[in-house]
Amino acid sequence: MSIDIHALSGAYAVDALDDIERAQFERHLADCPACRAEVASLQEASALMAETVLEAPPAGLRDRVLADIATVRPLPPLVTGLVSGEAVARRPARRWFPGLVAAAAVVTAIGVGVGVTQPWQDESSQVQPSAVDRIKAADDVQSFSKDFPDGSSATLYRSTSMNKAAIVTKNMADAPSGKVYELWLQHDDRMVAAGLMPDGPDNVVELSGDPATADGFGITVETDGGSTSGEPEGEVVAVVGFDQA
Amino acid sequence: MDPLRPVSDAPSPAEGASVAPDLAELLKLSGRGDQGAFSQLYDAVSPRVFGLAVRVVRDRAQAEEVTQEALLEIWRTASRFDPDRGSPLAWMLTIVHRKSVDRVRSAEASTRRDTSYHQQNQPVDHDATAEAAHASLEARRVRTALGSLTPVQREALELAYFGGYTHTEVAGLLDLPVGTAKTRIRDGLIRLRDTMGVGGA
Repeated sequence: MSIDIHALSGAYAVDALDDIERAQFERHLADCPACRAEVASLQEASALMAETVLEAPPAGLRDRVLADIATVRPLPPLVTGLVSGEAVARRPARRWFPGLVAAAAVVTAIGVGVGVTQPWQDESSQVQPSAVDRIKAADDVQSFSKDFPDGSSATLYRSTSMNKAAIVTKNMADAPSGKVYELWLQHDDRMVAAGLMPDGPDNVVELSGDPATADGFGITVETDGGSTSGEPEGEVVAVVGFDQA
Repeated sequence: MDPLRPVSDAPSPAEGASVAPDLAELLKLSGRGDQGAFSQLYDAVSPRVFGLAVRVVRDRAQAEEVTQEALLEIWRTASRFDPDRGSPLAWMLTIVHRKSVDRVRSAEASTRRDTSYHQQNQPVDHDATAEAAHASLEARRVRTALGSLTPVQREALELAYFGGYTHTEVAGLLDLPVGTAKTRIRDGLIRLRDTMGVGGA
């Protein structure tokens, strides 16, 4: 990791980074409380500049905005139970579980910095409804659901014969700013990255990899762009074994 | 957090008045789906939101769209605002600025560069800026603080914030060695922050 990366805090605060630098810096931010504090204070400063350009909006805009919001439900707050260790702790370790938790815990504890740049190389593909419908329609379809304390849920559908799986979320809170949900398939004791989940409460995402031979799936919260080490680094949101259909 | 208190029905959107309503409270209520609270929020912040969008996007029709998008995003994510991490106004304007910059960058060649509207060599139009905001004491303080930056710091900061340029582009525009514009931007922001006494500095 470049020592120089701290110097990007000002440019980040005024959105003066290109997309790649932004992704790199956000990954850095996740590990650097000093930079997070500096960015916050510099954003306070930059916001002051808007004081010098006040301009009353056109009269019709107010009604349009208020009409807009009437049709959109605000997102729930980020419930700590969903992304904190609490959800993990409450669940007793199961045999498919230790690999993931250990990986997450170790990485958190030593705070491994990762300098490899390969953002979004695997932008998760949002499948057409028909794709998940085909999985659901398979003779051997299995479903595995995870309900979260805030009322949201994630359901994975798997067809071994098709070697395909898709996850369907309901009311899922977005990952925290600068973070993304990453999907994993567990093969023996290894977690294999299976794609990223876009923001939005109700998603349908097809997993990459080999669901047919996997032992379970997991969801973690990773820095934008996903884990770069090939292993889960962030907090564990859910782990579900395929032996509990 | 302050206890819930009513905010007058029609807060004046008067320019220059410091933001009187409790924005953090209005955001919290908005996060619970309180459309009335959001309309008060709109009245309190829309001149800043729209002014910033116009300044960056330049095209008024597009600035309206950006404003609309940004406000919808603010409504949708209001519950994610964390008062421990900054002021409500900075949180909202950060969203607006990001959307404005995304818009000019994606519109790049087509709209912004060849529009004759507001087209000038002078990267930052201080006269128009001053005119729009002459009534605002806060604006005067900010402009004074900006005046205390070195010319390069100020230009780099304004090209980045109002021009929507990346620090690399700013370096090119100001004939600075690549890599130094980001330092000028940061130094400028730190000075602005410290002069204005914001950000817990």
